[in-house]
Amino acid sequence: MKYFPLIWAGLWRKKARTIFTLLSIVVAFLLFGMLQGVNAAFNNTVETANVNRLTVVSKINFTESLPYSYLTQIEAVPGVSAVAWFSWFGTYYQDPKNFVFSFPGDPARLFDMYPEYKVPKEQLEAFGRTRTGAVIGVDLATKYGWKIGDQVPLHSTIWTKPDGSSDWNFEIVGIYDVPSDPSQANQFFFNHTYFDEARSFGKGKVGWYVVRVKDPAQSAVVAEAIDKLFANSPDETKTQTEKEFQQSFLKQLGDINFIVTSILGAVFFSLLFATGSTMMQSVRERIPELAVLKTLGFSNGGVLALMLSEAVLLCLIAAALGLAIAALIFPSLKSFIGVATLSASVLVTGAVVALLLALITGLPPALRAQRLNIVDALAGR
Amino acid sequence: MSEANISLRNVVKHYTRGKQTVEVLHSLNLDIAKGQFVALMGPSGSGKTTLLNLIGGLDQPTAGEVMVGGERIDKLSSGKLANWRARHVGFVFQFYNLMPMLNAERNVELPLLLTNLSSAQRKKNVAAALAVVGLADRARHKPSELSGGQAQRVAIARALVADPSLLVCDEPTGDLDRSTADEILGLLQTLNRQHGKTIVMVTHDPKAAEFASRQLHMDKGQLIESGRLNGDAR
Repeated sequence: MKYFPLIWAGLWRKKARTIFTLLSIVVAFLLFGMLQGVNAAFNNTVETANVNRLTVVSKINFTESLPYSYLTQIEAVPGVSAVAWFSWFGTYYQDPKNFVFSFPGDPARLFDMYPEYKVPKEQLEAFGRTRTGAVIGVDLATKYGWKIGDQVPLHSTIWTKPDGSSDWNFEIVGIYDVPSDPSQANQFFFNHTYFDEARSFGKGKVGWYVVRVKDPAQSAVVAEAIDKLFANSPDETKTQTEKEFQQSFLKQLGDINFIVTSILGAVFFSLLFATGSTMMQSVRERIPELAVLKTLGFSNGGVLALMLSEAVLLCLIAAALGLAIAALIFPSLKSFIGVATLSASVLVTGAVVALLLALITGLPPALRAQRLNIVDALAGR
Repeated sequence: MSEANISLRNVVKHYTRGKQTVEVLHSLNLDIAKGQFVALMGPSGSGKTTLLNLIGGLDQPTAGEVMVGGERIDKLSSGKLANWRARHVGFVFQFYNLMPMLNAERNVELPLLLTNLSSAQRKKNVAAALAVVGLADRARHKPSELSGGQAQRVAIARALVADPSLLVCDEPTGDLDRSTADEILGLLQTLNRQHGKTIVMVTHDPKAAEFASRQLHMDKGQLIESGRLNGDAR
């Protein structure tokens, strides 16, 4: 601690330069926090996927619909304990930026399939008997101030009614929560019957089926049996575990991990040069001062440690600021990725990256300072 | 003469600059007694600063022995030499060489960071050193806020604060006007006479040399004392 004032003063020797360097590192870590946060959220979705649920989608593409008639056939497959179905509705509320994850489904089967989604019994009953009823996640209710009894219009970007309208009206009859995974409490479920009757095309079809198996160990066998059932039909299926489905869904968006790694790789590669040259310049300017420190008795190792400490301090402060800003901004992405907080793993990784950045950029100038010859440095050679 | 505090025997120093090797000191012998105030004079390039660097443990001879306070410092490793300098030598430079981003007391404290003294003890010693040089009221000023004379006093306080037995001064008044230079030289003289510090000072200024108790002249890498030119100054 006794060296801290010396290190701190050295860091702020050229205030403007230090501030600009600090800002560039802050921006890099802000980007790191946001991108890694999104990546971690997607990975979390995959990791928390249920092991005893299968997803049955069209073999061609998961956006292709499947016949409703498949329901009874899937139910008859040995090892299947329950089946539910959903469709992608694709809606927004009032403004296209207010995207709502909405899905028509069967009220009785939907919450039975997802027991982790908690909804009061009387609300579930109301859902079953209300044609335009909708049960929404608690986060969605909080976001738009919706409450039970509210009439909510949503605009579908896919589904039209026979009159050409894309506006669909719903009545909020229930609000669910998912204590085990709060990121899921942002969806909008409504009655498939209403959807199927009111839509102008695609009647008798559903988006995908979700199948619960009796024994998770038999998932592969059951999946194979389902796909075999519809082989060589006009609507062949591809049955995957929930985890596999989440992974393939995310791959439709792109290889998020690769994109994030590439962007951050480019950012930090540039930062290495910017920060490294700044630190090298800082040592060059201070050669006489460093020589004086050595003259006073600071060892070569001591001078190296001082220089390295400056780099570590700068990078850690900047990383902390960048990650703190990312943590503040991150909750605003909740409606898109369902997660409100930056995971601890992102923060820890950020700290490790900051230390590595400090070592890589700080070590060459610190070594130069360590090797400094006092007589030459004092003579200005 | 009292027991020699500094003793150089057959000291040779070469420098290699590119492909050229320059012999700066030629088989030099010198004894400086404990408590002496020695002024080292001579033309530029005569080897004064090189000799001072060897005495202060900033550089090592190509050949010969350098003994200070009974210790062969020419045999010490770089790390041990740094430690030795911290314990035994105070340095004063022509251009003060203070850390511009630290205030006077933080500059003076620097040598004490290498000791095991507590923060309170360091503060006390810093205050005492600044009081000795008459700058107790300038403790919080940065070098840019001090005059040349004041900056050099801070540098002297820094040289004194760890209570070294030897002060090595390289043109300490070279950047100061006559009157300020005399004040600084008076201060060095006081440190020599009242505090018993051995002082070796390089200077071009004959008036500055008059403050010393002994004058040595160097020319072409050899020592001349009292008109003698024999490489020996014992």
